[in-house]
Amino acid sequence: MGTMSATADAVDCDVHNAVPRLSALFPFLPDSWVDYCRETGVEGFDPAFYPPGAPLSARPGSRAGEGPPGSDPDVVRAHVLDGAGARYAILNCLYAVQALHNPDWAASMARALNDWQAATWLAADTRFRASIVVSTRDPHAAAQEIERRAGRGFVQVLLPASAPAPLGQRSYWPIYAAAEAADVPVALHPGVGGANPLSPVGWPSHYIEDYACAALTLQSQITSMVAEGVFAAHPGLQVVLLESGVTWLPSLMWRFDKNWKALRREVPWVERPPSHVIREHVLLSTTPFDAPPAIDRAWVDRFLTQLGSVRMLLHAGDYPHWHHGDAPTALLEQLSPAERELVLHGNAARVYRLPEEIGCARGH
Amino acid sequence: MTGSNRHVVVAAADEIPPGGRKIVHIDGRSVGVFNLGDRYVALRNTCPHEGAPLCEGALSGALTSPRPGEYHYERRGEILRCPWHQWEFDLRTGRSWVDPERLRVRSYSVTCENDHVVLHL
Repeated sequence: MGTMSATADAVDCDVHNAVPRLSALFPFLPDSWVDYCRETGVEGFDPAFYPPGAPLSARPGSRAGEGPPGSDPDVVRAHVLDGAGARYAILNCLYAVQALHNPDWAASMARALNDWQAATWLAADTRFRASIVVSTRDPHAAAQEIERRAGRGFVQVLLPASAPAPLGQRSYWPIYAAAEAADVPVALHPGVGGANPLSPVGWPSHYIEDYACAALTLQSQITSMVAEGVFAAHPGLQVVLLESGVTWLPSLMWRFDKNWKALRREVPWVERPPSHVIREHVLLSTTPFDAPPAIDRAWVDRFLTQLGSVRMLLHAGDYPHWHHGDAPTALLEQLSPAERELVLHGNAARVYRLPEEIGCARGH
Repeated sequence: MTGSNRHVVVAAADEIPPGGRKIVHIDGRSVGVFNLGDRYVALRNTCPHEGAPLCEGALSGALTSPRPGEYHYERRGEILRCPWHQWEFDLRTGRSWVDPERLRVRSYSVTCENDHVVLHL
């Protein structure tokens, strides 16, 4: 991976670890749910939005061993961390337990998934950091799970971008209160955890439509979170928008600010222009970035001015997925050394409370 | 606002009751004169945003919130909303709600002398 040198020692903020098979979770699942899974013949919760045979689902070489791509910690370590790889990898496991409609089963599966992550991934290498998987079906159970697992390698809460209702609504606030109290951000990643599709207009016919429209769901969710007052109620909360592009955000902020001037009386708790709230509370991963085919410094200057701050950007590789064809270094090459340092390390170290210095010692 | 020396009688005192307004035209300027009950105020009848006849807008109160779901509503009748885009302006200061430092409408002092409302231009 010769092109990795530009990102050597980075914090890779979007690495997807996968469950090799459902039974891998059974040691961490209550017997009643183990038998429920066995007796009903459930085969697993591999996300439907990454069909294993689809050409974009996995980069070459990531299908090592028997399990799905990203399921072997040694392979992921070799591909993501070792050599000229990342200093830390933030694991976002997309095993789709949030799709379960039974809130108790979903919460139990999420707990088992997190305990499996601790035993299998966090114990394997201290450069791995994991996201706490929770179901939005029962926000109080999700909050308890955040309280139980935050810290000791778990640095983030992971929610699917599409939930049963807009994520700003008050029923979800126990999740944000718990994340704020635990000092971990909440990440939204494309994925479906309810009856709603990723598209705002209904279920599309084709795989390509989900990918091309990924930003639309995130636009709706961040609009909901600002308008409902999530950040007014939880001023310490940070939200990370994963794998949905970056360059769409300025246009949303322009429109949101304009409409706020006329309609802010509906939401008087939004006391500042929404763009100010977003810049203070939101970060985005840079894979994909969604830029013109060739970008130069003038374009980057203009974009960063529109975005508001380079401190909102997090480097990500999206391993093992291979959707975007963006050269991960196209943006980095145009950044100043100070800006590049922030995108590659500083912003992630801040939001994930990572140690400032690279840790050579294995084990805490 | 002050320091001017042009005083113009624009209405009889009972012509503008509390909560009422009168729009007057003086030297090509359109000005809205409002009776807040405790005093009169006057604003240029031109929204600094896009030039709408601001003083024809609805009068409302000041809506704030200490936290989501709680509404504090006070100063009824003292917040003017532009008829075009609903931007809010404080009648007492001419300052906009959304950008009070930079976005404001010219205000004029008004006095009541011998049962006449006098605008100081």
